[in-house]
Amino acid sequence: MSAPLSQEQKVIHFLNRTSFGPTAAEAERVNRIGIRAYLEEQLAPENIPDSLVEEKTSGLKTMRLNSRELFELYPPPKIAAERGMAMAGEMNAPRFIILELQQARLLRAVHSQRQLYEVMVDFWNNHFNIFAAKGADRWLTTAYDRDTIRPHALGKFRDLLLATAQSPAMLFYLDNWLSVSPNGAVARLAANARRRGINENYAREIMELHTLGVDGGYTQQDVREVARCFTGWTLVRPRGDAEFRFEPRLHDQGAKTVLGTRLVAGGGMDDGTKVIDLLARHPSTARFIATKLSRRFVADDPPASLVSRAAEAFRRSDGDIRTVIRSIVESPEFYSPEAYRAKVKKPLEYVASALRVTGADTKVTPQLLRYLGRMGEPLFLAQPPTGYPDAGASWVSPDMLLTRMNFATDLVGNRLDGARVQSTAWRDTQPFVRLIAPDSLSSATRAALAETEGPDALALLLATPEFQRR
Amino acid sequence: MDGSRRSFLKSAGLGFMALGLPPAFLVRAAGAQQNSHGKVLVVVFQRGGMDGLNAVIPFKDRAYYALRPSIAVAEPASGEERAIDLDGYFGLHPALAPLKNIYDKGQLAIVHAAGSPDNTRSHFDAQDYMEIGTPGIKSTPDGWLNRFLNEQRATDSPFRGVAVGAQTPRMLAGAAATLTLSSIEEFRLRHQALGPALQKLYASASDPLFRRGGNSLFDAMARLRTIESKIPPSAASYPPGKFGVGLKQIARLIKADVGMEIAFTEIEGWDTHVAEGGVTGILANRLREFGQGLAAFHQDLGDWLDDVVVVTMSEFGRTARENGNGGTDHGHANVMFVFGGRVRGGKVYGRWPGLAPEVLYEGRDLDLTTDYRTVCSEVFARHLAQRDVARIFPGFRSSASMPLMG
Repeated sequence: MSAPLSQEQKVIHFLNRTSFGPTAAEAERVNRIGIRAYLEEQLAPENIPDSLVEEKTSGLKTMRLNSRELFELYPPPKIAAERGMAMAGEMNAPRFIILELQQARLLRAVHSQRQLYEVMVDFWNNHFNIFAAKGADRWLTTAYDRDTIRPHALGKFRDLLLATAQSPAMLFYLDNWLSVSPNGAVARLAANARRRGINENYAREIMELHTLGVDGGYTQQDVREVARCFTGWTLVRPRGDAEFRFEPRLHDQGAKTVLGTRLVAGGGMDDGTKVIDLLARHPSTARFIATKLSRRFVADDPPASLVSRAAEAFRRSDGDIRTVIRSIVESPEFYSPEAYRAKVKKPLEYVASALRVTGADTKVTPQLLRYLGRMGEPLFLAQPPTGYPDAGASWVSPDMLLTRMNFATDLVGNRLDGARVQSTAWRDTQPFVRLIAPDSLSSATRAALAETEGPDALALLLATPEFQRR
Repeated sequence: MDGSRRSFLKSAGLGFMALGLPPAFLVRAAGAQQNSHGKVLVVVFQRGGMDGLNAVIPFKDRAYYALRPSIAVAEPASGEERAIDLDGYFGLHPALAPLKNIYDKGQLAIVHAAGSPDNTRSHFDAQDYMEIGTPGIKSTPDGWLNRFLNEQRATDSPFRGVAVGAQTPRMLAGAAATLTLSSIEEFRLRHQALGPALQKLYASASDPLFRRGGNSLFDAMARLRTIESKIPPSAASYPPGKFGVGLKQIARLIKADVGMEIAFTEIEGWDTHVAEGGVTGILANRLREFGQGLAAFHQDLGDWLDDVVVVTMSEFGRTARENGNGGTDHGHANVMFVFGGRVRGGKVYGRWPGLAPEVLYEGRDLDLTTDYRTVCSEVFARHLAQRDVARIFPGFRSSASMPLMG
């Protein structure tokens, strides 16, 4: 396809990239106020009322609890047994907390009016990935999503980086809470058998995955030095009232050199803060974050011109996330014919967009969430620190494709527990075609649709290659 | 141990009878024309960086015990909680006991101080390098298992390359069509009526990614239905969990003789930075699942094993010294397991570089003396009759051959 996008295609393309999928209502609103004004609205989510999603998630009680309350109410099996808590099965197991997190994520993706904000919350959760099933993170992930990622998802990158560095969930996931100076007072206590030295895990990943990127110009020596800077950035009461704390007795008080910058001895907690500042403002970080955002919004291999401009926007605005998004979404590359439907939907995007476009009444049940798992994206459960890939080919194995087809037919056939599609929806597929692929349905798809009737036509449409892309 | 092995076989036998299923050799005898089935390479990837020094313990290396005061496994002697002697120098972790019988039969070879030569200690990079087969060169577009499939185009079976799991691994990604599946039974359309329309639509899609995906999907579905009727699921005692399930599916595909040449599966959870444990603990639990899975696979395959070689690998080993948290950090060389009916096993291969401080790689890790591509090249050349291994590992020349295969 090489012709410039039509106005109708532009609107659908814009909604496909800045939300979890177009709906008739949102397309109509963009047409009325214009793309630019709509984007500005979305960039100020605090001004958008969101009562439907609040009502839908109001029953998820774990979402409002702190880590101590979660641990008390959903203790590990051993403690539950000691306390003689009735084994009500799943309902008071830690697994239930993750289930509610997953439900909330999907409900917000489908029903929130603050779509771009939810897209970015998803993006940053994945960028600063933690694995919700790792040990104490079962009780810490709720606060991580709510208190660490959400407040900064459209803010300053540096604040987000600092918030993650000090979050109990990240301190636990990447083991920094256990990293101590071998010379520190505490390390010499025989009682502290688990903490006897440096643990490099967080130091490496903060550079490789959170800021500079693997080619961002750091060495093994830098990893070591950054790890020394972060000694003493620890966590108290991981299974209870979990909190960040700087513990001077665990800190390496010596001088350090990080990426050529010398930090004098005795810096204390500031060593870590200085590393955060150094990394947040490093040109490699601007480039790395610009690349990942361009990949999310434009194409798996984003054009170099776009990435350079976005990196420049990052540097000039001191890492202001809104400014970078604006520079990408308002670029000519964003609306180029090459970018149109160039992205394969990842599973959350596929499922949410199907629920949105059909206007399904969604409750989000374990069955629905299992579908996401089989498509390869169980929410909050990416084990490696890389999170899930953002590359089309990762999501198109025969098994994943089959699961998507089965999801589409189960949804439209109303065989999905937790989602109801109105039977009026499938009388005419034309309104759906306009939201999915205006003027760009393949001849094969058109032919197949012409031969199919009733709910099968809508199911078919949701299973087509066209709907697998955004 | 012999006693427990015997009772294991006995209970497996009872399992067959209890389920009313005939043993594997009877199924095979009953199945028609299976005289010309091909060779299969099964790759098992241990994601996270297995601690090879505690999987196959160099108990005679004096430095080992000094480096690992709290997690070392004691040298072999009478008693259970110790390494299992292999050759007077190396010992298996006791959780790997199920592999000892395969080793004793001469069907399991172990290669120590092996792995990927690049010095990266990033999981992501190290896995990537190991999977594309060009350590240090990132721009390689495809995985080495896929390059093999692309070299030899004997059949057009959709099962030539199969990954069991949720995602297609990088090692198997590339131009040759491959299949990823998590379960044979559930690999079907739930609404069959749309099948023909979807098949046609995907076959003529202008979107190559989805055209290819759709074609493999429908082809594979059709053939899996015939397998289901032909080969019942095995009753071998695989451990619970994704790894055991994966191996079980691979064994079934091998016995179904569907033209599979390459199979891939993986086992996670090796990133033991904290409280790794010694004889018991986190690593021991992972090793137990790993060893039980491979042993069940070995038993399940029976005499199909002559056509199969299994190679295991992990992106890097771990620091020779334990860290401050009773764990180990990302290191360098590791240990690999190679087994099959025609493997020259019962031996620990590879030059042992030692663990003395002055010979540690970058002062901290086990040095690497065997490139994992040397091991894989042997298997490609001798098991899969791949003449020009340089096509699979471009730019790699094995410095020495390793007679792993008879």
